[in-house]
Amino acid sequence: MGFFLLSAVFFLNTAFSDEDRPDFGGMFVTAGIGDARTLVPILASDSASGEIVGMIFNGLVKYDKDIKLTGDLASSWEIQNDGLTIIFHLRKNVKWHDGLPFTAEDVKFTYEKLIDPNVPTPYSGDFKKIKSLEIIDSHTVKVTYIEPFSPGLSSWGMAVMPKHLLAGENLLLTKFSRHPIGTGPYNFKRWKTGQRIDLVSNHEYFEHRPYIDRYIYKIIPDISTMFLELQTKTIDSMGLSPLQYKRLTDTPHFKKNYNKYKYPSFGYTYMAYNHENELFKDIRVRQAINYAVDKQEIIDGVLLGYGKICTGPFIPESWAYNENVRPFPFDTNKAKRLLKEAGWSDTDGNGYIDKKGKDFAFTILTNQGNDLRIKTAEIIQRRLKGVGIKVEIRVLEWAVFLNEFVNKKRFEAIILGWGLSRDPDCYDIWHSSKTKPGEFNFIGYSNPDCDKLLEEGRRTFDIEKRKEIYHRIQEILYEEQPYLFLYVPDALVSMSNRFKGIKPEPIGLGYNFIDWYVPKAEQRYKSK
Amino acid sequence: MLRYITKRILQLIPVLIGITIISFIVIHLAPGKPTDMASQLNPKVSQEAREQLEKIYGLDKPIYIQYISWIKKVATFDFGRSFVDGRPAIKKILERMPITVLINVLSIILIFFVAIPLGIKSAVRRGSVFDKTSTVFVFIMFAAPGFWLALLLMSFFGVKLGWVPVSGIASLDFENFSILGKILNVGHHLILPVLVASLGSLAGISRYMRQSMLNVIHQDYIRTAWAKGLGEKDILYKHALKNALLPIITIIGLSIPGLLSGSVIFETVFNIPGMGRLMVEAVFSRDYNVVMCGLVISALLTLLGNLIADVAYSYADPRIRYGR
Amino acid sequence: MNRLTLFGAGIILILALVAIFAPFVAPYDPGAIDVEDALLRPQASHLFGTDLLGRDIFSRMVYASRIALSIGIIAVGIATLLGIMLGSIAGYFGGKIDSVIMRFTDIMLCFPSFFLMLSVVAIVGPSIFNIMIIIGLTSWMGVARLLRAEVLSLKTREFVLASRALGAGDFYIIVRHLIPNGIGPVLVSFVFGIAGAILTEAGLSFLGLGVQPPHPSWGNILMEGKAVMGVGWWVIVFPGIAILVTVLAFNLLGEGVRDALNPRLRRR
Repeated sequence: MGFFLLSAVFFLNTAFSDEDRPDFGGMFVTAGIGDARTLVPILASDSASGEIVGMIFNGLVKYDKDIKLTGDLASSWEIQNDGLTIIFHLRKNVKWHDGLPFTAEDVKFTYEKLIDPNVPTPYSGDFKKIKSLEIIDSHTVKVTYIEPFSPGLSSWGMAVMPKHLLAGENLLLTKFSRHPIGTGPYNFKRWKTGQRIDLVSNHEYFEHRPYIDRYIYKIIPDISTMFLELQTKTIDSMGLSPLQYKRLTDTPHFKKNYNKYKYPSFGYTYMAYNHENELFKDIRVRQAINYAVDKQEIIDGVLLGYGKICTGPFIPESWAYNENVRPFPFDTNKAKRLLKEAGWSDTDGNGYIDKKGKDFAFTILTNQGNDLRIKTAEIIQRRLKGVGIKVEIRVLEWAVFLNEFVNKKRFEAIILGWGLSRDPDCYDIWHSSKTKPGEFNFIGYSNPDCDKLLEEGRRTFDIEKRKEIYHRIQEILYEEQPYLFLYVPDALVSMSNRFKGIKPEPIGLGYNFIDWYVPKAEQRYKSK
Repeated sequence: MLRYITKRILQLIPVLIGITIISFIVIHLAPGKPTDMASQLNPKVSQEAREQLEKIYGLDKPIYIQYISWIKKVATFDFGRSFVDGRPAIKKILERMPITVLINVLSIILIFFVAIPLGIKSAVRRGSVFDKTSTVFVFIMFAAPGFWLALLLMSFFGVKLGWVPVSGIASLDFENFSILGKILNVGHHLILPVLVASLGSLAGISRYMRQSMLNVIHQDYIRTAWAKGLGEKDILYKHALKNALLPIITIIGLSIPGLLSGSVIFETVFNIPGMGRLMVEAVFSRDYNVVMCGLVISALLTLLGNLIADVAYSYADPRIRYGR
Repeated sequence: MNRLTLFGAGIILILALVAIFAPFVAPYDPGAIDVEDALLRPQASHLFGTDLLGRDIFSRMVYASRIALSIGIIAVGIATLLGIMLGSIAGYFGGKIDSVIMRFTDIMLCFPSFFLMLSVVAIVGPSIFNIMIIIGLTSWMGVARLLRAEVLSLKTREFVLASRALGAGDFYIIVRHLIPNGIGPVLVSFVFGIAGAILTEAGLSFLGLGVQPPHPSWGNILMEGKAVMGVGWWVIVFPGIAILVTVLAFNLLGEGVRDALNPRLRRR
């Protein structure tokens, strides 16, 4: 109740009229293409599970609307000993959905599960850098790292699990995975496998009671079906493809009922070269390909303009991004000149450039199921033909693609995308020690300067110093062209305009979900 | 009769074992492991973490050992657990099965009640306008790709006219409905899927029925009946129909695997959380236990369908029981 | 031959000509991307409109007819050959060989073959060649059963017995007497099979496992069309009609062949 008054004051202060005071109630229906796998937070690695877990659980820290770390279950923290130690002060009076208090024991328990060799969690990496975790008192924990590790702080965005419910349980088999109990704004209600997951608002949520009473995640495996559902108003929100965003939403019906939002996604798409392949060992060849491919054409053709040219491993919204790195212009002549310098020219007049009697030909591999990548490959294929390079495209099923081709380095070039974490550390992707099968520097890139900078970057806490380091890394990588960096796509979302209080920010939309509301008159389903 | 059924059931066992061996080999030959999906290309997953996953699931052993331990467990109806979410595979399949079976049974009923009269009428009035138009219609239905029809029907009846729901099997506020409301709601959702699921087979079976009926009415005993001066109704619906139906029973039995395969398509298009969709998801995520369990169960359903068809056949035609 | 059969045969002939002379029929390069011309409605310069990348759909469909026909014919060719071999061996030798082959056939028949295909495509990757083989390997069972039944009834006929009495070997009898005399129903099933294989490829493409880009196939053009449903009806309608008409043509031809081969119907 106390909080309700507070929020009312807030709204009056910010000069909202009376009518705009949020109403409680209503239901938010969103959709995704896959069902959740498990709602045990440290095992959840797919996007559906992640989305639901994010509604039910909290981490110690989270990113705010400006992509800065802020407290979540931790009200504050101190970094000591040059970054070797972090002390988290936990919020008091936070309760699990079953009513028991949240304490430091839960944090310790979650950490122990993360590093337990019998728990197949994909998130153990960052936590293995921790030397010890001690409980100072019921609401203070001290984390000591083996060496200073700046991405460590953000890894504490990992959802904290309740010790009293999971101690002694096998996380793979526990009932908890389908009946989770968290500290977050929504309580778990029901999961109809393959159909939907229902959540209801947590009236006791420590920030405040969310305005929207029910949250429903519908599973619709096909994006065009999903769009039809949106049009028939059986879902309220979905991510759109560029085509849907641009062309399909241009109808009076749509404009009347929906809002559209656009913000940069945290990831980029690239074409990676196998650096063990003779063709790509010459930097001039890699640069020539960059000149020969019109990145803007790909963005216009594949993303219908909803994206930016990618100039390195960071996206423009990140503080690590160096805006002085400019994309190579589309310049076929320059590409041809560079290729000639590298010894490639069409001596036999067959339309393809050759060297020592062999045509310049390679195959681009990509995974099926991603139309955008396949179309990108087709455009690159056309453009490279223009400079006399013969390109084949092979589309493979995901598991085959990874196991037989990427991990075994049986590829010449591949088109893939990286989703990025908010911290710019990209040691695993570019460091020369990370080239073993199954590791992420699968192209075999190695540059001693870059290695040193990557190591320094993850040891440094001062953000200005880190900025310098990552700016330099971006310069090196764009000059060297280990990948053909292609584009950073925009995230495109449409949302029923019954929902008020949505404020797009650099981080996206969902950060203030608990402040969204539906005016009473427009609430559709009676809550039960 | 009982002996015949027992014998048939015993014959099913080697077939089932054969199916499991072939499936097991095919699925395990596929490159990629179930552990890939959860971990690969997530820069935060280390190689050790991945190997650890494989060991936990026992995927590091040779294939025949995996098969033997699998079949031993299956004998006790333990199909293992899903690699995706750790739930028992059989449970995942069984919770998806009712809706798939429901749609297929409804389709078979629809096929039976539409295709058979259509076929009979065409055969009896061979060469009439009815025969010709129904033949053309049937041929077109038979030739149209199911998913294409599904998409057209969905965008027309679902989106444009808004007569039927676009996808799914129940409305959002389903829980608040009465029992009757629930049934109507599900029925409303299933109109298009059932239609699409049955159109292809409907066309095929009405053709078979027409053919079969044509064959029968030119048999000597029918001619004799005509000669004896029996009425048309008696001849067609008592004598001819019974015999013409015999091959159709077998064909419907044989079309069960096709219907199940078809569920992959319409369950994807109409977003129905059934077995077909589960199977596709499981194949793509290399969820061996679920795929194996699904193949075994669907083979079992097929064999059961065939068995029922055969028993019905032998019931209708006693000669069968003594042959072979 | 009735008119419907002729109609079917005519369509197939036209289609074959289009496929053979595709470079002359297609007004554009089927791979020519022009983002400026994306999603144009059907018009004089683009008969069936353009797709998302501005490629001419008519030209793509013309080239796709090559893929449809070759997948249909080769896949069913493989299935038919396999079916003939297994069916004739089973029927001729009988006994243990017969029961092993027929048990195997039963097993294959009990698979929802689409699941099997999905799994196999997942192993070998979805190339045109692989799809032909996979469809071939999973659809021979009907032919084997048909031919076995024919062989069973033929092998006790006088001319076969006579040939054996004259010292002919098993192989000779199977190849010279049994297969040619029992081939009728197989021929019918061959024609129907092509129609089925074309539909199967379309279904695989729909799930993203069919012929892969940039090769155009009716199935994958249609699948791309699914994404533009609502603004680009032409991307989805035309390839669908192409599949429908082709499958229809093969079915009509098949019916015609069957009627021609079925003496009881010919009599009337």
